[in-house]
Amino acid sequence: MKDKDCFKQDRKHLVISKIRSGTVIDHIPPGMALLVLKILGISPGSKEAVSMAMNVPSSKMGKKDIVKVEGKFISDEELNRISLIAPEATINLVEDFEITRKFAVELPEVVEKIISCPNQNCISNSKEPINSRFKIFVVGKKVTAKCDYCGKKITNLEEYI
Amino acid sequence: MSASKNDRKFKHLISIDELSKDDILYILDRAAEFEDVAKGKKVSKVLEGRILANLFFEPSTRTRMSFEAAMKRLGGCVINMTDTEISSVAKGESLADTIRVVSNYVDVIVLRHPLEGAAKFASENSKVPIINAGDGAGQHPTQTLLDLYTIQKESRLDGCRIALMGDLKYSRTVHSLIRALTLFRTKIYLVSPPMLRLPDDFIDDLSGDIQEAELEDIIEEIDVLYVTRIQKERFPDEEEYRKVSGSYIITSKTLERARESLIIMHPLPRVNEIGTDVDRLRFARYFEQAFYGVPIRMAILFELLK
Ligand SMILES: [Zn+2]
Repeated sequence: MKDKDCFKQDRKHLVISKIRSGTVIDHIPPGMALLVLKILGISPGSKEAVSMAMNVPSSKMGKKDIVKVEGKFISDEELNRISLIAPEATINLVEDFEITRKFAVELPEVVEKIISCPNQNCISNSKEPINSRFKIFVVGKKVTAKCDYCGKKITNLEEYI
Repeated sequence: MSASKNDRKFKHLISIDELSKDDILYILDRAAEFEDVAKGKKVSKVLEGRILANLFFEPSTRTRMSFEAAMKRLGGCVINMTDTEISSVAKGESLADTIRVVSNYVDVIVLRHPLEGAAKFASENSKVPIINAGDGAGQHPTQTLLDLYTIQKESRLDGCRIALMGDLKYSRTVHSLIRALTLFRTKIYLVSPPMLRLPDDFIDDLSGDIQEAELEDIIEEIDVLYVTRIQKERFPDEEEYRKVSGSYIITSKTLERARESLIIMHPLPRVNEIGTDVDRLRFARYFEQAFYGVPIRMAILFELLK
Protein backbone atom coordinates (compact mmCIF):
# COMPACT_ATOMS: atom_id res chain seq x y z
CA MET A 1 0.00 0.00 0.00
CA LYS A 2 1.19 3.46 -0.84
CA ASP A 3 1.24 5.92 2.01
CA LYS A 4 -0.72 9.13 1.86
CA ASP A 5 2.17 11.32 0.72
CA CYS A 6 2.98 9.12 -2.21
CA PHE A 7 -0.62 9.11 -3.23
CA LYS A 8 -0.61 12.95 -3.18
CA GLN A 9 2.59 12.90 -5.19
CA ASP A 10 0.92 10.69 -7.78
CA ARG A 11 -2.09 12.90 -8.03
CA LYS A 12 0.17 15.82 -8.67
CA HIS A 13 1.76 13.93 -11.51
CA LEU A 14 -1.59 13.61 -13.14
CA VAL A 15 -1.90 17.31 -13.62
CA ILE A 16 1.66 18.49 -13.88
CA SER A 17 4.73 16.69 -15.16
CA LYS A 18 8.08 16.45 -13.46
CA ILE A 19 10.84 18.68 -14.73
CA ARG A 20 14.45 17.76 -15.39
CA SER A 21 15.94 20.95 -14.06
CA GLY A 22 14.45 24.27 -13.14
CA THR A 23 12.21 25.81 -10.53
CA VAL A 24 8.98 24.57 -9.01
CA ILE A 25 6.86 27.13 -7.21
CA ASP A 26 4.32 25.48 -4.96
CA HIS A 27 1.61 26.74 -2.59
CA ILE A 28 0.51 29.67 -4.74
CA PRO A 29 -2.97 30.92 -3.80
CA PRO A 30 -5.49 29.68 -6.39
CA GLY A 31 -5.78 31.98 -9.39
CA MET A 32 -2.41 33.67 -8.86
CA ALA A 33 -0.26 31.45 -11.09
CA LEU A 34 -0.33 33.77 -14.09
CA LEU A 35 0.59 36.72 -11.89
CA VAL A 36 3.52 34.73 -10.51
CA LEU A 37 4.78 34.26 -14.08
CA LYS A 38 4.34 37.97 -14.70
CA ILE A 39 6.41 38.82 -11.62
CA LEU A 40 9.13 36.49 -12.87
CA GLY A 41 9.05 38.20 -16.26
CA ILE A 42 7.94 35.05 -18.08
CA SER A 43 5.64 35.74 -21.02
CA PRO A 44 4.56 33.92 -24.21
CA GLY A 45 7.64 35.42 -25.85
CA SER A 46 10.04 33.88 -23.32
CA LYS A 47 11.99 30.77 -24.21
CA GLU A 48 11.43 28.80 -20.98
CA ALA A 49 9.02 25.87 -20.98
CA VAL A 50 6.39 26.44 -18.34
CA SER A 51 3.80 24.09 -16.94
CA MET A 52 1.10 25.22 -14.65
CA ALA A 53 -1.56 23.65 -12.49
CA MET A 54 -4.48 25.58 -11.13
CA ASN A 55 -6.94 24.76 -8.35
CA VAL A 56 -5.00 21.71 -7.21
CA PRO A 57 -6.35 20.31 -3.91
CA SER A 58 -4.01 21.15 -1.03
CA SER A 59 -4.14 19.97 2.55
CA LYS A 60 -2.51 23.19 3.70
CA MET A 61 -4.45 25.71 1.61
CA GLY A 62 -7.60 23.99 0.39
CA LYS A 63 -6.73 24.80 -3.19
CA LYS A 64 -3.52 26.04 -4.71
CA ASP A 65 -1.71 26.74 -7.95
CA ILE A 66 1.65 25.30 -8.95
CA VAL A 67 4.10 26.67 -11.51
CA LYS A 68 7.06 24.80 -12.96
CA VAL A 69 9.66 26.57 -15.04
CA GLU A 70 11.95 24.27 -17.00
CA GLY A 71 15.56 25.25 -17.47
CA LYS A 72 15.44 28.74 -16.02
CA PHE A 73 17.69 29.90 -13.27
CA ILE A 74 15.77 32.33 -11.09
CA SER A 75 17.56 34.29 -8.39
CA ASP A 76 16.35 34.23 -4.79
CA GLU A 77 15.73 37.96 -5.05
CA GLU A 78 13.37 37.45 -7.98
CA LEU A 79 11.69 34.52 -6.30
CA ASN A 80 11.13 36.49 -3.10
CA ARG A 81 9.03 38.96 -5.08
CA ILE A 82 6.47 36.21 -5.43
CA SER A 83 5.74 36.64 -1.72
CA LEU A 84 3.98 39.92 -2.53
CA ILE A 85 1.02 37.90 -3.79
CA ALA A 86 1.88 34.41 -2.52
CA PRO A 87 3.32 34.77 0.97
CA GLU A 88 3.17 31.01 1.63
CA ALA A 89 4.82 29.96 -1.62
CA THR A 90 7.56 27.33 -1.42
CA ILE A 91 10.33 26.95 -3.94
CA ASN A 92 11.88 23.68 -5.10
CA LEU A 93 15.02 23.89 -7.20
CA VAL A 94 15.38 20.78 -9.32
CA GLU A 95 18.42 19.29 -11.03
CA ASP A 96 18.27 15.96 -12.88
CA PHE A 97 14.79 15.30 -11.51
CA GLU A 98 16.07 15.70 -7.93
CA ILE A 99 15.14 18.48 -5.57
CA THR A 100 18.43 20.13 -4.66
CA ARG A 101 17.07 22.94 -2.53
CA LYS A 102 13.75 23.76 -0.94
CA PHE A 103 12.83 27.04 0.73
CA ALA A 104 9.97 29.39 1.57
CA VAL A 105 9.81 32.85 -0.01
CA GLU A 106 10.52 35.89 2.15
CA LEU A 107 9.07 39.35 1.81
CA PRO A 108 11.55 41.75 0.23
CA GLU A 109 12.08 45.15 1.88
CA VAL A 110 11.97 47.03 -1.41
CA VAL A 111 10.71 46.12 -4.86
CA GLU A 112 11.47 48.01 -8.04
CA LYS A 113 9.57 47.96 -11.35
CA ILE A 114 7.06 45.33 -10.18
CA ILE A 115 4.23 47.45 -8.78
CA SER A 116 2.81 50.44 -10.59
CA CYS A 117 1.67 53.31 -8.40
CA PRO A 118 -2.11 53.86 -8.43
CA ASN A 119 -1.58 57.60 -7.92
CA GLN A 120 -1.77 59.06 -11.43
CA ASN A 121 -0.15 62.23 -10.14
CA CYS A 122 2.93 60.33 -8.98
CA ILE A 123 6.25 61.06 -10.70
CA SER A 124 6.76 57.29 -11.16
CA ASN A 125 3.87 57.33 -13.67
CA SER A 126 5.38 60.16 -15.72
CA LYS A 127 7.56 60.00 -18.83
CA GLU A 128 10.67 60.50 -16.71
CA PRO A 129 13.38 57.80 -16.84
CA ILE A 130 12.18 56.28 -13.58
CA ASN A 131 11.36 52.87 -12.11
CA SER A 132 8.58 52.45 -9.61
CA ARG A 133 9.87 51.63 -6.13
CA PHE A 134 7.85 50.40 -3.19
CA LYS A 135 8.85 49.71 0.38
CA ILE A 136 7.23 46.52 1.67
CA PHE A 137 6.06 45.94 5.21
CA VAL A 138 3.39 44.08 7.10
CA VAL A 139 0.56 45.84 8.91
CA GLY A 140 -1.44 43.48 11.08
CA LYS A 141 -1.24 40.47 8.79
CA LYS A 142 -1.57 42.42 5.56
CA VAL A 143 1.30 42.91 3.18
CA THR A 144 1.46 46.64 2.52
CA ALA A 145 3.46 48.47 -0.14
CA LYS A 146 4.31 52.15 0.12
CA CYS A 147 5.40 54.14 -2.93
CA ASP A 148 8.87 55.49 -2.27
CA TYR A 149 8.08 58.58 -4.35
CA CYS A 150 4.59 59.75 -3.45
CA GLY A 151 3.98 57.77 -0.25
CA LYS A 152 0.81 56.09 -1.53
CA LYS A 153 0.06 52.91 0.42
CA ILE A 154 -1.60 49.83 -1.09
CA THR A 155 -2.63 46.47 0.33
CA ASN A 156 -4.37 44.91 -2.71
CA LEU A 157 -1.02 44.44 -4.41
CA GLU A 158 -2.22 41.96 -7.02
CA GLU A 159 -4.19 44.74 -8.70
CA TYR A 160 -1.09 46.81 -9.38
CA ILE A 161 1.38 44.19 -10.61
CA MET B 1 16.26 65.41 5.28
CA SER B 2 18.55 62.48 5.09
CA ALA B 3 21.62 62.32 7.22
CA SER B 4 24.89 62.00 5.33
CA LYS B 5 28.24 60.56 6.27
CA ASN B 6 30.23 63.77 6.02
CA ASP B 7 29.98 66.52 8.61
CA ARG B 8 26.84 67.86 7.03
CA LYS B 9 23.87 66.75 9.08
CA PHE B 10 21.42 66.90 6.19
CA LYS B 11 21.81 66.12 2.49
CA HIS B 12 18.44 67.13 1.01
CA LEU B 13 15.12 68.35 2.36
CA ILE B 14 12.42 66.31 0.65
CA SER B 15 9.82 65.44 3.28
CA ILE B 16 8.99 66.45 6.83
CA ASP B 17 8.55 62.75 7.61
CA GLU B 18 12.29 62.21 7.25
CA LEU B 19 12.95 64.48 10.21
CA SER B 20 13.00 63.30 13.79
CA LYS B 21 11.76 65.45 16.62
CA ASP B 22 15.37 66.30 17.45
CA ASP B 23 16.11 67.25 13.83
CA ILE B 24 13.13 69.60 13.86
CA LEU B 25 14.11 71.22 17.15
CA TYR B 26 17.65 71.61 15.84
CA ILE B 27 16.42 73.47 12.76
CA LEU B 28 14.11 75.68 14.82
CA ASP B 29 17.05 76.61 17.05
CA ARG B 30 19.18 77.50 14.03
CA ALA B 31 16.32 79.59 12.62
CA ALA B 32 16.13 81.58 15.87
CA GLU B 33 19.82 82.43 15.51
CA PHE B 34 19.18 83.80 12.00
CA GLU B 35 16.19 85.95 12.88
CA ASP B 36 18.11 89.21 13.24
CA VAL B 37 19.77 88.60 9.89
CA ALA B 38 16.38 87.84 8.33
CA LYS B 39 15.11 91.19 9.64
CA GLY B 40 18.12 93.03 8.24
CA LYS B 41 19.36 94.04 11.70
CA LYS B 42 22.54 92.04 11.25
CA VAL B 43 24.56 91.32 8.14
CA SER B 44 25.73 87.82 7.30
CA LYS B 45 28.03 86.50 4.58
CA VAL B 46 28.01 82.83 5.56
CA LEU B 47 26.83 81.74 2.11
CA GLU B 48 28.86 84.25 0.12
CA GLY B 49 29.82 82.88 -3.28
CA ARG B 50 27.16 80.17 -3.19
CA ILE B 51 24.38 80.01 -5.77
CA LEU B 52 20.79 78.85 -5.38
CA ALA B 53 18.60 77.91 -8.36
CA ASN B 54 14.85 78.27 -8.06
CA LEU B 55 13.23 75.76 -10.41
CA PHE B 56 9.51 76.40 -10.23
CA PHE B 57 7.52 74.23 -12.62
CA GLU B 58 4.38 75.86 -11.30
CA PRO B 59 4.09 79.39 -9.96
CA SER B 60 4.37 80.17 -6.28
CA THR B 61 5.76 83.66 -6.14
CA ARG B 62 5.69 83.94 -2.38
CA THR B 63 7.62 80.75 -1.69
CA ARG B 64 10.13 81.62 -4.39
CA MET B 65 10.67 85.12 -2.97
CA SER B 66 11.05 83.76 0.53
CA PHE B 67 13.85 81.42 -0.59
CA GLU B 68 15.42 84.24 -2.55
CA ALA B 69 15.35 86.59 0.43
CA ALA B 70 16.80 83.89 2.70
CA MET B 71 19.68 83.13 0.32
CA LYS B 72 20.51 86.79 -0.30
CA ARG B 73 20.38 87.69 3.40
CA LEU B 74 23.12 85.10 3.89
CA GLY B 75 25.26 86.66 1.16
CA GLY B 76 24.44 84.11 -1.55
CA CYS B 77 23.17 84.56 -5.09
CA VAL B 78 19.99 83.32 -6.71
CA ILE B 79 19.15 82.37 -10.27
CA ASN B 80 15.56 81.77 -11.24
CA MET B 81 14.20 79.68 -14.03
CA THR B 82 11.27 81.74 -15.24
CA ASP B 83 7.88 80.36 -16.23
CA THR B 84 8.54 80.74 -19.96
CA GLU B 85 11.91 79.03 -19.70
CA ILE B 86 10.28 76.21 -17.77
CA SER B 87 7.56 75.74 -20.36
CA SER B 88 10.12 75.47 -23.15
CA VAL B 89 11.93 72.88 -21.06
CA ALA B 90 8.71 71.05 -20.33
CA LYS B 91 8.23 70.54 -24.05
CA GLY B 92 11.15 68.22 -24.41
CA GLU B 93 13.63 67.71 -21.65
CA SER B 94 13.01 65.40 -18.74
CA LEU B 95 13.18 66.64 -15.17
CA ALA B 96 16.05 64.22 -14.66
CA ASP B 97 18.11 65.93 -17.38
CA THR B 98 17.22 69.43 -16.22
CA ILE B 99 18.39 68.55 -12.71
CA ARG B 100 21.60 66.92 -14.00
CA VAL B 101 22.43 70.06 -15.97
CA VAL B 102 21.44 72.68 -13.40
CA SER B 103 23.14 70.83 -10.54
CA ASN B 104 26.41 71.50 -12.36
CA TYR B 105 25.78 75.25 -12.26
CA VAL B 106 24.69 75.85 -8.69
CA ASP B 107 25.16 74.77 -5.07
CA VAL B 108 21.53 74.10 -4.15
CA ILE B 109 18.27 73.65 -6.04
CA VAL B 110 14.82 74.66 -4.79
CA LEU B 111 12.20 72.70 -6.71
CA ARG B 112 8.49 73.14 -7.06
CA HIS B 113 6.77 70.66 -9.32
CA PRO B 114 3.18 69.54 -9.96
CA LEU B 115 3.91 65.80 -9.60
CA GLU B 116 4.14 64.02 -6.26
CA GLY B 117 7.55 62.55 -5.59
CA ALA B 118 9.27 64.92 -8.04
CA ALA B 119 11.64 66.24 -5.38
CA LYS B 120 12.67 62.76 -4.30
CA PHE B 121 13.30 61.79 -7.92
CA ALA B 122 15.25 65.03 -8.46
CA SER B 123 17.46 64.24 -5.45
CA GLU B 124 18.36 60.91 -7.08
CA ASN B 125 19.62 62.80 -10.12
CA SER B 126 21.32 65.75 -8.46
CA LYS B 127 24.89 66.44 -7.41
CA VAL B 128 23.74 69.20 -5.07
CA PRO B 129 21.11 69.38 -2.30
CA ILE B 130 17.47 69.53 -3.38
CA ILE B 131 14.93 71.43 -1.30
CA ASN B 132 11.32 70.45 -1.93
CA ALA B 133 9.22 73.61 -2.24
CA GLY B 134 6.06 71.63 -2.95
CA ASP B 135 5.43 68.58 -5.12
CA GLY B 136 1.78 68.45 -6.13
CA ALA B 137 -0.40 67.25 -3.29
CA GLY B 138 2.72 65.80 -1.66
CA GLN B 139 5.18 67.54 0.59
CA HIS B 140 6.19 71.12 1.34
CA PRO B 141 8.48 70.68 4.32
CA THR B 142 9.66 74.27 4.73
CA GLN B 143 6.02 75.31 5.18
CA THR B 144 5.63 72.76 7.97
CA LEU B 145 8.86 73.89 9.63
CA LEU B 146 7.84 77.54 9.54
CA ASP B 147 4.46 76.59 11.01
CA LEU B 148 6.17 74.76 13.85
CA TYR B 149 8.54 77.66 14.36
CA THR B 150 5.61 80.08 14.59
CA ILE B 151 3.91 77.90 17.19
CA GLN B 152 7.13 77.62 19.19
CA LYS B 153 7.87 81.35 19.00
CA GLU B 154 4.40 82.78 19.44
CA SER B 155 2.84 80.11 21.65
CA ARG B 156 4.39 76.81 22.73
CA LEU B 157 5.01 73.51 20.98
CA ASP B 158 5.10 71.20 23.95
CA GLY B 159 1.65 70.82 25.47
CA CYS B 160 0.05 72.88 22.73
CA ARG B 161 -3.70 72.60 22.20
CA ILE B 162 -4.30 73.38 18.56
CA ALA B 163 -7.39 73.46 16.36
CA LEU B 164 -7.00 72.97 12.62
CA MET B 165 -9.90 74.42 10.74
CA GLY B 166 -11.14 74.40 7.15
CA ASP B 167 -10.25 71.98 4.39
CA LEU B 168 -8.66 69.07 6.23
CA LYS B 169 -9.26 66.62 3.41
CA TYR B 170 -7.15 68.06 0.63
CA SER B 171 -4.83 70.48 2.42
CA ARG B 172 -1.26 69.30 2.09
CA THR B 173 -0.22 71.95 4.60
CA VAL B 174 -2.55 70.52 7.23
CA HIS B 175 -1.55 66.90 6.62
CA SER B 176 2.16 67.57 7.01
CA LEU B 177 1.61 69.79 10.04
CA ILE B 178 -0.53 67.19 11.82
CA ARG B 179 2.05 64.47 11.30
CA ALA B 180 4.78 66.74 12.64
CA LEU B 181 2.67 67.86 15.61
CA THR B 182 2.15 64.27 16.73
CA LEU B 183 5.90 64.15 17.42
CA PHE B 184 5.30 66.65 20.19
CA ARG B 185 3.01 66.46 23.20
CA THR B 186 0.04 68.21 21.59
CA LYS B 187 -3.73 68.00 21.64
CA ILE B 188 -5.17 68.34 18.15
CA TYR B 189 -8.75 69.32 17.36
CA LEU B 190 -10.12 68.93 13.84
CA VAL B 191 -12.75 71.45 12.78
CA SER B 192 -14.14 71.00 9.28
CA PRO B 193 -17.29 70.60 7.21
CA PRO B 194 -18.26 66.89 6.97
CA MET B 195 -17.25 66.61 3.32
CA LEU B 196 -13.80 68.07 4.05
CA ARG B 197 -12.94 65.88 7.04
CA LEU B 198 -9.46 64.49 7.51
CA PRO B 199 -9.49 61.14 5.65
CA ASP B 200 -10.00 58.09 7.90
CA ASP B 201 -6.96 56.20 6.66
CA PHE B 202 -4.88 59.27 7.44
CA ILE B 203 -6.21 59.38 11.01
CA ASP B 204 -5.62 55.61 11.40
CA ASP B 205 -1.93 56.11 10.73
CA LEU B 206 -1.60 58.72 13.46
CA SER B 207 -0.83 58.22 17.07
CA GLY B 208 -1.53 61.03 19.43
CA ASP B 209 -4.29 62.99 21.06
CA ILE B 210 -6.52 63.94 18.16
CA GLN B 211 -10.28 64.45 17.89
CA GLU B 212 -12.96 66.20 15.86
CA ALA B 213 -14.73 69.19 17.42
CA GLU B 214 -16.85 72.26 16.86
CA LEU B 215 -14.95 75.50 17.23
CA GLU B 216 -17.44 77.01 19.68
CA ASP B 217 -16.91 74.09 22.07
CA ILE B 218 -13.14 74.45 22.23
CA ILE B 219 -12.47 78.14 21.58
CA GLU B 220 -11.89 78.80 25.30
CA GLU B 221 -9.38 75.99 25.56
CA ILE B 222 -7.08 76.23 22.54
CA ASP B 223 -3.68 77.92 22.27
CA VAL B 224 -3.49 77.92 18.48
CA LEU B 225 -6.17 78.23 15.79
CA TYR B 226 -4.81 77.22 12.40
CA VAL B 227 -7.16 78.30 9.62
CA THR B 228 -6.98 77.08 6.02
CA ARG B 229 -8.81 78.10 2.90
CA ILE B 230 -11.86 76.20 1.72
CA GLN B 231 -11.58 76.07 -2.05
CA LYS B 232 -14.51 76.59 -4.33
CA GLU B 233 -13.36 73.79 -6.67
CA ARG B 234 -14.11 71.22 -3.96
CA PHE B 235 -17.85 71.87 -4.14
CA PRO B 236 -20.42 70.73 -6.69
CA ASP B 237 -21.99 74.17 -6.92
CA GLU B 238 -21.51 77.77 -5.90
CA GLU B 239 -24.43 77.81 -3.46
CA GLU B 240 -23.18 74.79 -1.52
CA TYR B 241 -19.72 76.36 -1.37
CA ARG B 242 -21.06 79.64 -0.01
CA LYS B 243 -23.21 77.91 2.56
CA VAL B 244 -20.40 75.70 3.90
CA SER B 245 -17.52 78.16 3.71
CA GLY B 246 -19.68 80.83 5.32
CA SER B 247 -19.83 78.85 8.55
CA TYR B 248 -16.03 78.55 8.72
CA ILE B 249 -15.17 82.22 8.86
CA ILE B 250 -13.32 83.79 11.79
CA THR B 251 -14.45 87.23 12.92
CA SER B 252 -13.78 89.23 16.07
CA LYS B 253 -17.10 87.89 17.36
CA THR B 254 -15.94 84.27 17.02
CA LEU B 255 -13.04 85.14 19.29
CA GLU B 256 -14.91 86.77 22.16
CA ARG B 257 -14.42 83.81 24.46
CA ALA B 258 -10.87 82.97 23.31
CA ARG B 259 -7.93 82.76 25.69
CA GLU B 260 -5.87 85.91 25.98
CA SER B 261 -2.85 84.03 24.61
CA LEU B 262 -4.56 82.43 21.60
CA ILE B 263 -2.74 82.83 18.32
CA ILE B 264 -4.33 82.54 14.87
CA MET B 265 -2.31 81.18 11.98
CA HIS B 266 -3.00 80.83 8.26
CA PRO B 267 -0.65 79.67 5.47
CA LEU B 268 -1.88 82.55 3.24
CA PRO B 269 -3.13 83.67 0.84
CA ARG B 270 -6.48 83.99 2.55
CA VAL B 271 -9.73 84.75 0.79
CA ASN B 272 -12.35 85.54 3.38
CA GLU B 273 -11.90 82.86 6.04
CA ILE B 274 -10.35 85.41 8.41
CA GLY B 275 -12.09 88.78 8.49
CA THR B 276 -9.83 91.82 8.18
CA ASP B 277 -11.21 93.00 11.53
CA VAL B 278 -9.19 90.17 13.10
CA ASP B 279 -5.89 91.55 11.75
CA ARG B 280 -5.63 94.23 14.42
CA LEU B 281 -6.50 91.87 17.29
CA ARG B 282 -3.71 90.50 19.49
CA PHE B 283 -4.50 86.99 18.23
CA ALA B 284 -3.40 87.52 14.62
CA ARG B 285 -0.02 85.96 13.79
CA TYR B 286 -0.33 85.04 10.10
CA PHE B 287 1.88 87.82 8.86
CA GLU B 288 4.56 86.96 11.41
CA GLN B 289 4.14 83.36 10.27
CA ALA B 290 4.86 84.37 6.67
CA PHE B 291 7.98 86.23 7.81
CA TYR B 292 9.26 83.21 9.76
CA GLY B 293 9.57 81.42 6.45
CA VAL B 294 12.72 83.47 5.86
CA PRO B 295 14.74 82.48 8.99
CA ILE B 296 13.56 78.86 8.60
CA ARG B 297 14.78 78.77 4.99
CA MET B 298 18.03 80.45 6.02
CA ALA B 299 18.58 77.72 8.60
CA ILE B 300 17.91 75.01 6.03
CA LEU B 301 20.13 76.57 3.37
CA PHE B 302 22.91 77.00 5.90
CA GLU B 303 22.64 73.40 7.12
CA LEU B 304 22.63 72.03 3.57
CA LEU B 305 25.52 74.17 2.38
CA LYS B 306 27.83 74.67 5.34
ZN1 LIG C 1 3.60 56.90 -6.15
